[in-house]
This record gives sequence, C-alpha cells and structure tokens, in this order.
Amino acid sequence: MTTSTKTDTLLLWVFALATLFGPIILAPFGAGYPDLLQKFAIFGIFAIGFNLLFGLTGYLSFGHAAFLGVGSYTAVWSFKLLSMNPIPAIILATLLGGLFALVIGFITLRRAGIYFSILTLAFAQMSYNLAYSVLTPITNGETGLQLDQADPRLLDTAFGIEYGAALPVSSLFGLDMNQTWTWDFMGWEIQLNAGFYVCAVVLILCFWIAMRIFRSPFGMMLKAVKSNQNRMNYTGLNTRPYTLAAFVISGCYAGLAGGLMAVTDPLAGAERMQWTASGEVVLMTILGGTGTLLGPVLGAGAIKYMEQIFSAFNKPELLDFFSFLPTAIAEPLVSVLALFVGEGWHLTLGVMFMLIVIFLPGGLMEGFNRILGLFNRRRGAAGKHPAKTPAAAE
Amino acid sequence: MDVILLQLLNGLDKGGAYALIALGLTLIFGTLGVVNFAHGALFMLGAFCAVSLSAFMGLEKVTIDETQMTAWGTPLEVRTPYIVDWFGSAGEFMLDFSVPLSILLAIPVMLLVGLIMERGLIKHFYKRAHADQILVTFGLAIVLQELVKAQFGANPLPQPAPETLSGAADIGMALGFDPHTVVYPYWRLVYFAFAAVVIAAVFAFLQFTTFGMVVRAGMADRETVGLLGIDIDRRFTIVFGIAAVVAGLAGVMYTPILPPDYHMGMDFLVLSFVVVVVGGMGSLGGAVLAGFLLGILQSFASMNEIKSILPGIDQIIIYLVAIVILLLRPRGLLGRKGVMET
Amino acid sequence: MGILEVQNVNKRFGGLKALHEVNLTVEEGTVHAIIGPNGAGKSTLLNCFVGRLKPDTGSVVFNGTSLLGLKPHEINQAGVSRVFQTPEIFGNLSCFENVMIPAFARRDGSFTLNAVSRLSGERSIQEKAMHMLEDLNMGDKAGVQADQLSRGDKRRLELAMCLVQEPKLLLLDEPTAGMSRGDTNTTVELLRTIASRGITMVVIEHDMHVVFSLAQKITVLAQGTPIAEGLPQDIKGDPRVQEAYLGGAHL
Repeated sequence: MTTSTKTDTLLLWVFALATLFGPIILAPFGAGYPDLLQKFAIFGIFAIGFNLLFGLTGYLSFGHAAFLGVGSYTAVWSFKLLSMNPIPAIILATLLGGLFALVIGFITLRRAGIYFSILTLAFAQMSYNLAYSVLTPITNGETGLQLDQADPRLLDTAFGIEYGAALPVSSLFGLDMNQTWTWDFMGWEIQLNAGFYVCAVVLILCFWIAMRIFRSPFGMMLKAVKSNQNRMNYTGLNTRPYTLAAFVISGCYAGLAGGLMAVTDPLAGAERMQWTASGEVVLMTILGGTGTLLGPVLGAGAIKYMEQIFSAFNKPELLDFFSFLPTAIAEPLVSVLALFVGEGWHLTLGVMFMLIVIFLPGGLMEGFNRILGLFNRRRGAAGKHPAKTPAAAE
Repeated sequence: MDVILLQLLNGLDKGGAYALIALGLTLIFGTLGVVNFAHGALFMLGAFCAVSLSAFMGLEKVTIDETQMTAWGTPLEVRTPYIVDWFGSAGEFMLDFSVPLSILLAIPVMLLVGLIMERGLIKHFYKRAHADQILVTFGLAIVLQELVKAQFGANPLPQPAPETLSGAADIGMALGFDPHTVVYPYWRLVYFAFAAVVIAAVFAFLQFTTFGMVVRAGMADRETVGLLGIDIDRRFTIVFGIAAVVAGLAGVMYTPILPPDYHMGMDFLVLSFVVVVVGGMGSLGGAVLAGFLLGILQSFASMNEIKSILPGIDQIIIYLVAIVILLLRPRGLLGRKGVMET
Repeated sequence: MGILEVQNVNKRFGGLKALHEVNLTVEEGTVHAIIGPNGAGKSTLLNCFVGRLKPDTGSVVFNGTSLLGLKPHEINQAGVSRVFQTPEIFGNLSCFENVMIPAFARRDGSFTLNAVSRLSGERSIQEKAMHMLEDLNMGDKAGVQADQLSRGDKRRLELAMCLVQEPKLLLLDEPTAGMSRGDTNTTVELLRTIASRGITMVVIEHDMHVVFSLAQKITVLAQGTPIAEGLPQDIKGDPRVQEAYLGGAHL
C-alpha cells in the first residue's frame, strides 16, 4: 500500500523536475525555446483534462475545443476589464470553462456512445459559428479579441498600475510574461521564459490533481462507468453525476489551458474552437495512451514537437538533405516527402492518427510497456507480466 | 406566401445534399455497424472528380496565328481546348456540360475508392469499439482532405453549371405571383431532381432486388442473416461502395452551387451526422426526411425577417433542432427502438 | 407482513400479457424460489422488483416503501441487490476494485465526489472488500482483472459484490445456469451458508435440485400468473404444478 503512494510521489517529483528543467533538457533537441515550451505545457494541461473524461469514463467528446476557446476569450476579457495580472485571468478562464461544461454536459450526457460524440461536436460547432457571427461584440469575430490601450483594466487602475503608450503585456506582479533570460550552457542557448514558468507550475499542479483523481474512490467510480454502467446502477450508484463531474473537471482543464494561451499571447480567436482543435486533443491523448497518467502529456509534447519540426521543413531543404542520393531517386522521394512537411503537416497528423488507432491503440505508454515487457522476458522473468491495471494497493 | 415558397425551394437543394450524404452514412451504419467520419470526405472527393474532369477537358492546345498580331506586335496565340479541336461543336457541348458529365467519371472512381476503403481499412474495424471507428475514419478524412489540398490548393474552385441551365426560372409567375418574386436558379431545380432520382434508385434497389432484401435483413438482424449462411461480408463491401458513390454524386452535382474546396467534406459531415441522428440512426427513410427537413429549416432561418428577431439563428438552427430531438426522442424521428441506445 | 409485498401486478408488452394479477409475499429471512416454465414471466417479475421495468398496475412494496417509479440505483440503496443471469461485473477492473465499488456505494450513497481521499487510505473499505473475497474463497484472485476470471469465478465475484453491500434482499436470476454439476453443488452450498446468516433471498431457478435444496417457500408461475405457492414438499406433489411445469411428468 505504501509502495504505491511512494511510486506516485516519485513520479510527481520526476515530472515536476522534468517540467521545470524543460528548457535545459529540451535545448539539445532544438525544442528549448519559450514558444514551443509553452505549447507543451498548455496542450499538456488540455490533454490531461481530456483524458480525465475520455480515459476514465470512455465518453469521447468531440467538442472540447469549445471550452478552450471560452477560456481564451475569458482571459482576454479579464485583461481588458480587470487586470493584466494572469492570476485572475486563469481563475476566471477555469471557472467559465467549467460553467460551460456544466451546461453542455448537462444536456449531452443524457446520451452515450456516438450520440454523445455527435452532440458535443454539434455544440462545439454551434459555439464556433456563434463566435463568428452574433457574438462578435464579445469575440470580435474574424479579427479575434485583442488588447487595446484604451481598455479600462479596473483593478490595475485601482492599484495605480500604468502601462504607458505601449500595448500592455500580461504581467505577474511586475514580472512580464514575455520576459526571457538567456544564457549559454555547454554551447546551447538556454532560454528561461516567465510565461513558460507560469504554465509549468500550473501544469505540475494539474498533473498532481489528475493523479489524486486517478487514485481516489471517485476515479475508480469513473473507471467503473467506462466498464459497466448497468452494474453501476444496480450497485446503487447514479452514473449521471459522476460523468457530469468528470465532464466539468475536464472542461475546467480546457478553460484553464485556453486561459494560459491568452496569458502567453493575449489574443483569442474563434478558430481555437473549431473541430480540428477538438480532434487534435483526442489525438494527443490516444497517441500518448488513453487512461494513463503520463500519456496525454507525452502525446501533447510529441505532437507539438513534430508539428514544429515537420512544418519547418520545406522542399528545398529536403532536396538538400537527400543530396547524397542520385537525382533520379532523390527527386521523386522528395516530392513524396514534401507532401508531409511544411503546409502538409496536417497530412502527417492524419496518417499518424490512423497508424496509432490501427497498430497501437494503447498509445506510446503501451509501446513503452511492450518494450519493457520484452526486456523482462529476455531476462527470464517469465510469468511476471506487467500488471495491466495496477491492483489498487494491498 | 411567395417568400415562404422561395425559402422552401431554397431549402430543397441543400436538403438534397444532406439527404444524400446522410443516406450513405446511415446505410453504412445500419449494415456494417460502422460510424464513418470519412463520409464527408467522400462527398468532397466527388466534387473534385468534377474539378478534375473539367480541368482535364479544359486542357488547351496553343496555336500561333501568324496572320493576326497582338497589340505588342507578337503573333497572336490562339488557345483551343483539345476537346473542341477534335470534336468540334460536340466538344464544346461536352466542355459546357462538364459537371453532369463528371457523373460518368465519378461512379467508377467513387466505387473504387469505396471498395478500397472498406477492404483496406473499415473491414478491420467491424469488431472494434465505436470510438476506434470514429477515430480511424476521422484520421482518414484528414488524410483525404490534405491530399486534395496538396493537389488542388486551398482555394475554392468554382465550377459553372452548363450554359443552358445557368439561368433562373421565374417560378412565381407560373404560379400566379408577381414577376421576379420567386426566382429560382435552374441548376438548383436540377439538383433537387437529381437527388430525388438517386434516392429513389437506392430505395428501389434495396426494395426490389434480392441483394437489397438481404441487405435490409442484415440491417434488421445481422446475426441471423449471417447464420443463414449468406455471405454477408461481400455484400457489405458493395453496400459501402454504393454509399461512397451516392456521396460522390452528391458532391459532383453540388459544385455549381458551392465552389468546392478541400474542407467542404468536414463541413457537410458534421451536418449530415446531425441529420442521421435526427432521422434516427440506421433509418433510411429518416435520413431522407430529416435531410430535407433540416435543409428547409435552415433556409427559413436565414430569412432576414427571422434573423432580425433571433440573430444568428441561421448558424445554429440545425444543431438546436438536433439537441431538442435527441433529448425528446432519443432514437430520432423514424429510428427503431434499441439501435445504439446504450 | 413480509419484507417484499407484491400485489395485483400486471404487465403487458403490446398484446402479450407478461404478468397477470401476481400476488407474492416474501417473508424476511427466508429463501423464496420462483419457478415456472420458460416464458412464464419470472424474469419480467424480477425486473419489476429492481426498477428495470415498471408494472402497468399493482404495487411492489419493499420494507414498507413502494419501489414503483424508483430508479435501479435508488432501489439498490434501499437494500435490494441483484445477481444477473450472465454476470455483470466491471470487466477491466481488478476483483478487489470490483468489490470495493459496492462497498463504497453502501457507505457513501449513490454519488459522492470523493476525489480527495486516496483509495489506499480507505482502510475500512479495503478490509471489508478483502474479507468478502476471502469469505468466498477468492482472496488469491484479488489482483486479477475481472474479465480474466472463469465463468464460475465471475458469478462468485458478482455474489461477493452483492453481499458486501449487506443487502436486506438478494435477488438471484438463475445463479447456477450453465454450471457443471460440481460447480452447482459448490454454489448451492455457498448460497445455503449465506441464507443461514439470515439474508432474505428470492431465487429464480430452473434446476429443481437447486430449488428444493435451497428454498423454504416456492411460487410457481405459469403464463404470467402464480398457479401455486407453498412449502417445497407441497409443491412437489401438486398436480397442477406438474401439469403446467412438466407437462404431466413426475418429479
């Protein structure tokens, strides 16, 4: 019993350290710059939250981007009306994301299976359409919601904080979110960015909460929802509030992620609510490993990293890369590969989506476990299969 | 009155497209038990069959007319499509009718696409969870639309209706209203008629052929049909092919109404799923009924009179209807009890 | 006054009279068997007890409160647990978790957002669940994923899940269906032990051997209506029962 608690504490420490030292660890991979690191953290939070719903209860939502968008809009409004401090922004974004999830979940959770997926998709598309049309006074339509020097910022004014003529940046008690310290470390340029560290602290907190939920009676009930709702009812449990609670919690995570997006870049657009964004978080979760703790963060990281690499490449670079091959081979090879890079990154994404679902439904985590299992068998530890479900404490 | 008639008519062509896509979706779901998120991509592929054919027929032969000079003093380049060069006025006719002619191209192409898709991918997902089916076909949809984007670019490519059909009919005058009150483009009438014919053909096929009988029996009770020793799998492949062709044809004929671009499939997919759900999962009649119903509703919602009372209603009416229907009557308008009611 | 009082229950499915004027009293602390030929309405009746079906007319009163219109989870919370014909368990959870869930449901009610405490800290629930598993000789299977169990073990697990709730009434739908003779005997022994602890049970069963070795009272249903009720030895000799149930053959 104490062993499982110890493993968890260890996991949390490793996770926290890896996150905080991210800028240093990832620098050799060319991923150590603030923009990408922030994306890792933000989408990590988004995916952890999505996994709390999909991974535990099995309810596949195709509309989570709506909550992300709501979070972004809320945060920008908080900057405009209240203060450039990120704390009220992310708190409000989380709350409003959760509130939206409460309303939408209350309706959509009456149905399960594909009906639920389609209903959530319909709600997300509806929000997206509204954001572009009627809600323009709130969302500023296609242009997206932006900051303005003339914004009231009541709290800031009350505390006498002035931003002068320049467009204000979000700032945590004077620490500007876009501030970056760089230093040279063994030949790599390490960039420590204030915005990233805000995201990182929130990510660690979110990971810890998710871990507690996984290990709690509530988490077990959510797994039971996925397993057998019929039995749950005849065991005296009401499944609806459990699913609704999971939906709201994951809506809060999405709102929070959306809020952080606005903290790092104070701009909100309706495209964040599109179904492609909902699809992306699904992919992150299944790529990493649905229902695992660490999987969604890994999936989010893997996808954002690949996005960065694949979209940076272009045809001339590829030709350059394959210049060692004879032209007759290099030319057709490059023209095929060129489909997948640069603008064609989404094609790679689609192909990956299919490959994962077909060959590795358990995602990266299952892949790691399989490799570990192979090693264990090699070492003759036969009969000791890695337990699929960690037997909850003995 | 005339306004109502006009909106009714306006809803028909969109409703026709929804009905055709939803018909295929529900057919696939009812027989194969598969949720196909790539069905919108099939609609889009159909539209791009029309784009390809007209691009192909538009290939031009360049000749230089030495007798005429351009303003810059160079010999005039005369561009004639090969097809006109070879077939004369018949060629011009073919060029003009490239959209309807694309049907001939789209049928074999979409059938082939459908068969490859079913045999190569969908087949392996019969026994897997619906979530997995949704995810893999969702991935496929992205792949298909990105391939089209790589080939044809991201911008919409307008396809003209044939010259003779590009005008508009003053239907109102024929019905005794004032002239110019109910003016309706011919092509939309053509589209509605076309959709009606295709729907009728699918229903006739399922109703009057032995093959159709087995398929319907399979929709009702798949296990029993399997137990009868009927090779249901091969038939399912063909059903998938048919559904692909129907979606493709819907796309071909829709190109003069909506210039096709690579993401039109997804836009229509979401709406078509809503149509299927409203009609009742696995109900063919329900899909058609709901398709037209929602098309017409959407058209009414976009009237200025209504928009001024309920701003934005045209954007969300379909979703609203779907939500209300799903809550009040979970199995949809014509759905049978017990289909996907978990 | 019995613990379960069923009065004038009628249920129709379209033109089919599934239940017709069913009256039944289950006495507290007894094992009451409901037998009858296929299609006699036994399962329909059981479904009316647990809220899966609602009778068209009549009343079902458990422990003084009406069960009509209550949802399955409310009926369970009132103290009725059910074992299904094909075991309903949480297939992708461990046996231990399978038994902990009903234990939580009994302690915390139909919903609690208990995300703060750790499973590993819930000593009393853990002990209760483990004790229950050991009680049914499944202690060694605590860590096994439930859908990896043999059929017989799945049934025992489901029984453990019901018993850990300390139900006032336990409903069993053909608890030995599809079992070997040996497994059947083990199960009967197990059920007798449970019955001896004073838990009221209603059993639907085909196997006459099981019925006569368990039940203190038997109700015979035929075509949706009770045709006889009484002690096992009375039922055994009742000609009407033999006629309806066995087509005249002797027991």
